[in-house]
Amino acid sequence: MKHLLSTQDLSARNALRLLDVAEEMAAVGEREIKKLPALRGRTVVNLFYEDSTRTRISFEAAAKRLSADVINFAVKGSSVSKGESLKDTAQTLEAMSADAVVIRHPASGAPARLAASGWIDAAVVNAGDGTHEHPTQALLDAFTLRRHRARLGGLPSAGSTLAGLKVLIVGDVLHSRVARSNVWLLTTLGAEVLLAGPPTLLPVGIGSWPCTVFYNLDDALAQRPDAVMMLRLQAERMNAAFFPSTREYSRRWGFDDGRLALLDTMGLDDTVIMHPGPMNRGLEISAAAADSPRSTVLAQVRNGVSVRMAALYLLLSGDPRDDDEPDAHDRTDSPPILIPEGRAS
Amino acid sequence: MTMPASDSGITKRVVLAAADIDRALTRIAHEILEANKGSRNLVLLGIPRRGFPLAQRLAQKIASVDTSVDPDLITGQLDVTMYRDDLRRHPTRSPLATQLPPSGIDDKVVVLVDDVLYSGRTIRAALDALADLGRPRAVRLAVLVDRGHRELPIRADHVGKNLPTSSRERVRVHLAEIDLIGGSAVNEVVIEDRA
Repeated sequence: MKHLLSTQDLSARNALRLLDVAEEMAAVGEREIKKLPALRGRTVVNLFYEDSTRTRISFEAAAKRLSADVINFAVKGSSVSKGESLKDTAQTLEAMSADAVVIRHPASGAPARLAASGWIDAAVVNAGDGTHEHPTQALLDAFTLRRHRARLGGLPSAGSTLAGLKVLIVGDVLHSRVARSNVWLLTTLGAEVLLAGPPTLLPVGIGSWPCTVFYNLDDALAQRPDAVMMLRLQAERMNAAFFPSTREYSRRWGFDDGRLALLDTMGLDDTVIMHPGPMNRGLEISAAAADSPRSTVLAQVRNGVSVRMAALYLLLSGDPRDDDEPDAHDRTDSPPILIPEGRAS
Repeated sequence: MTMPASDSGITKRVVLAAADIDRALTRIAHEILEANKGSRNLVLLGIPRRGFPLAQRLAQKIASVDTSVDPDLITGQLDVTMYRDDLRRHPTRSPLATQLPPSGIDDKVVVLVDDVLYSGRTIRAALDALADLGRPRAVRLAVLVDRGHRELPIRADHVGKNLPTSSRERVRVHLAEIDLIGGSAVNEVVIEDRA
């Protein structure tokens, strides 16, 4: 794995490996000294062309916990506002010998362009591009779901897939890169994905996605999902009238107190409510739902740091000439002559 | 005994059989108790992968001598992957779990357990990892095999067997908890040489 650009081309094996490494990173987050020396001397640049709080802070915390140096490059107040192109910015970062670039960009495909262009040698991590993908968000959602299920079953979560899990994603799918990344990743990991939203906020061609689409939230909830993921209504991307009023949207598509009570009456005691944040309280999710014990919003933020640590570790450690996974990572002392073949398989 | 392996040009020599390993571990367990003047404050941390089953076996033997010891409560696993100095020289390694005993390691006598002591770099990484987890009163090192060729000023306190080797040879430790060879669990230490 050289770059992390999308979940659509992420294999189940690589996704599971990343989640398993994140499991060990989460254990580090619970210690007194939350720091590992693995990326000492490496430089991670956060290149954010769009506003973000939690994703940028989460990547920064992840890089720092791995002892990497972090440069935050906020586009406001930088040469980009003077008209610098992505190429020139990238080459500037290359000249500063960045080892990884975490990029968020309003244009879909900007991270892929950066990775394929040859402008830089650094590993590229997509932190959200336009309405395309947000892979680390989907990975942290999968991680949260996996841990939730492991806790219910009293089993270790490492190594397990999401097979048999039913996840309902609700709301503004059209503008949501989180929804797209989750559809690909969750199905890769074996979960069943349901989508629900007003027809105006579902993209053209959704019929070819590996999921079932509902045009009524209560019909979708009747499918008894194990998790309900509410998407943020992205008002800043809306340049047309997609629904008559926010009140109507909230009533038909919001996860309000009535629907929260419905989960209880349906006996869905283990169904969780997820939200990628930032939340529009009272619009797509009610305050009671956001603060209920079912809500995983804060767990998602916490898991975000672990998942991003795993992504940075897997992209930046290891011999750059050979990025294939070794089976025999077990033998300890250093000369390669000691590494035995994996016999336990 | 020397036997030609299926791969061309590799000779294998069994240097410790199951009974030899068991005797060596029994002696090390007694040495640990003797050096520590009993089992008080003792914690055994195995370095993955094969250090951990060895630590479990040592804890069992200590418990059979001192019945006040619960072997599960003094055994743990210490992963050193993220502290290695050769992360950039090998394909990416996935870290394994670190599990400390419930009592933690602060003010304990920690015995690091590994199968083969070679360059000493793993133990250097383990000492760094320990410092991030707590402050033991003392740290000691027990290994099943010391094969020499040290690259750092590190030595073991308890050694199962000193094996003079050439750096061309490989020392392989097979433990029944982990290794299945031809469908059966095997306990042995083998030296392989590429002729």
